[in-house]
Amino acid sequence: MNHVPLLSARGLSKRYGARIGCEAIDLDLHEGEVLAIVGESGSGKSTLLGLMSTQLDSTTGSLRYRRRDGISVDLDHLSEMERRILLRTEWGFIQQDARLGLRMNVSAGGNVGERLMAVGWRHYGKIRNEAQDWLARVEISGDRMDDAPTTFSGGMRQRLQIARNMVTRPRLVFMDEPTGGLDVSVQARLLDLIRGLVAETGLSIVIVTHDLAVARLLSHRIAVMRQGRIVEIGLADQVLEDPQDPYTQLLVSSVLQV
Amino acid sequence: MSDLPEYNFAYLDEQTKRMIRRAILKAIAIPGYQTPFASREMPMPYGWGTGGVQVTAAILGVDDVLKVIDQGSDDTTNAVSIRKFFARTAGVRTTTRTPDATIIQTRHRIPEAALGEHQVLVYQVPIPEPLRFLEPRETETRRMHALQDYGVMHVKLYEDIAEHGHIATAYAYPVKVDDRYVMDPSPTPKFDNPKMDQCPALQLFGAGREKRIYAIPPYTRVVSLDFEDHPFERTRIPASCSLCNSTTVFLDEVVTDDQGGRAFMCSDTDFCEQTRSSTGAKS
Repeated sequence: MNHVPLLSARGLSKRYGARIGCEAIDLDLHEGEVLAIVGESGSGKSTLLGLMSTQLDSTTGSLRYRRRDGISVDLDHLSEMERRILLRTEWGFIQQDARLGLRMNVSAGGNVGERLMAVGWRHYGKIRNEAQDWLARVEISGDRMDDAPTTFSGGMRQRLQIARNMVTRPRLVFMDEPTGGLDVSVQARLLDLIRGLVAETGLSIVIVTHDLAVARLLSHRIAVMRQGRIVEIGLADQVLEDPQDPYTQLLVSSVLQV
Repeated sequence: MSDLPEYNFAYLDEQTKRMIRRAILKAIAIPGYQTPFASREMPMPYGWGTGGVQVTAAILGVDDVLKVIDQGSDDTTNAVSIRKFFARTAGVRTTTRTPDATIIQTRHRIPEAALGEHQVLVYQVPIPEPLRFLEPRETETRRMHALQDYGVMHVKLYEDIAEHGHIATAYAYPVKVDDRYVMDPSPTPKFDNPKMDQCPALQLFGAGREKRIYAIPPYTRVVSLDFEDHPFERTRIPASCSLCNSTTVFLDEVVTDDQGGRAFMCSDTDFCEQTRSSTGAKS
C-alpha cells in the first residue's frame, strides 16, 4: 500500500461573499480509508464534500489527488475534460437524493451501463452482463433490470446509485448523506453493502452524515465540523468514546439512546 | 400584382443573408457543429421549415434551380408553398427533377437519385440537438459536445435494445460527423443515413425555431452510432413500389380504402416518375 495520501487538502477555504463555507481545512485521505465528516446542519460538511469532489471551486487552498497511474495531480489545475474522466473512472458520487444521481427515465441496466459506454464500451452484450453483475451485487434482481428507477423504492434507488458508480471500479467515492430519509432496516442493509464493498475492493470513501451511528458503523476516522472548521479529527472510536472538543462532547451526548 | 411592395431577392434583406452566410461558413468549417444564428421571423409558422427557408434564401442565386420536397414528395402542401414562395420572391427557376436542381430543400428525406458536386441539400430541422431528450440543459449539452462526452448517446440505443431487442430508432438516428461531433440528421428515416456518408453534395441543416445551422461538407465521413453486436441496419418495407416496381427504395404506405386495403409506393415521387417513364410502366 502506498503511503502518499490519496487525497490531500491544504488550507482549503470556501467563502460565499463575506460568509464562510469552510475555512482552512487540512485533511489527508489514505487508500482504503473511510472518513466520515459529521456536524450539524450548516456546519460546512456539504461545502467541504463539494470542494473535495471538485464540484465547487475553492476560494483558497490546494487539493491534490494521486491517480491510479501513481501521478499526483493538482485538482485546481485539471482541465474540464480531465476532471470529467476522473469523475467517471476513478471517482464516484452518491447523492442523498437518488433522483440527482440517477437518470430516472432510463432503465436500471442503462443507468449502470452509462459509465461503461462513456469510457468506450461498445458491445451491448458485455455491457449488459456487467450491469447485471453489479445489480446482483447490490441485491437488485435481474427481472427489475429493464425497469426505470421511478418504479423503485428509496432503498433500491440508493443501491442502484451505488451500482452505477461502482461499475467502473472507482478508487474514491464521495457520499452525501446516503442513508438520509431511509427507514432503519433499509439503512442497515445499505450500510452493510457499503462495508462489504470497502472490505472487498479497498475503496476509499468520504462520507458526509449527521448521523453519528452511521459514522461509527462505517468510518475509520471522523472529522467533526462546526462553523466551517474542523474542530476535532481522529479515529472513530476515539472521537465518539473520548471526545476532546466541547462541541464534539455536546454532539455525542445529544444522541438518543434506545 | 404590380402595386404590391417588391420583396428583396429571396425575401430576406441583404444584411440578414450576410449574417446567415457567415453562420453557414462557420458550420461548414466545423462539420456537425451547431452554429447559432439570429433566426428571423418568416412568413410561415415554426415547424414549416423556417430554418431551411432561411438557409435556402441565403445561398440562392439568380441562376439556381430549386427543388423542394416534403417526405420525398414534390406535391405536398409544404413543398408546393415553399417552392412558390421562392418562385415569387426570387424569380428563380424551380423543378421537380432531382438531377436538374442545384439546390434541394428537403423535409425528412434524401432523394433516391445520387447527388452531385454541383448540388446543395438543405434540410429543415425541428430539433437540432441529438442530446436533447437525454440532457435537458442547453449549457450542459454544449459542454458535452465540447468535451466529446457522448456516453449518454449510447444509453439511448442501449434502452432501445433492452426494450425491443434491436435498435428501434427508425428516424433521427444519431450520427458522428468527421469523427468528432454527434449530430441529429433531422427526422430522416435511417434508411437515408448511409447516403450522408461521403456525399459529393454539400449538406446544410437549418433549424429556425432553435436558431441553429449545421453542415456536412462534401465527401465527409458520417457514421451511424451502433454497438459491435448490434450494428447499424438500414431498414425498409420489404415490398416493391406498386407504381414503378422499384424494390430498393424507401416506400410509403398508403391507405387506399376503408376496407383495410393499402399500397406501397415510392416516397420519392420524382424517382418514381422517372422510373416509370423509362420503363414504360403504368402510371
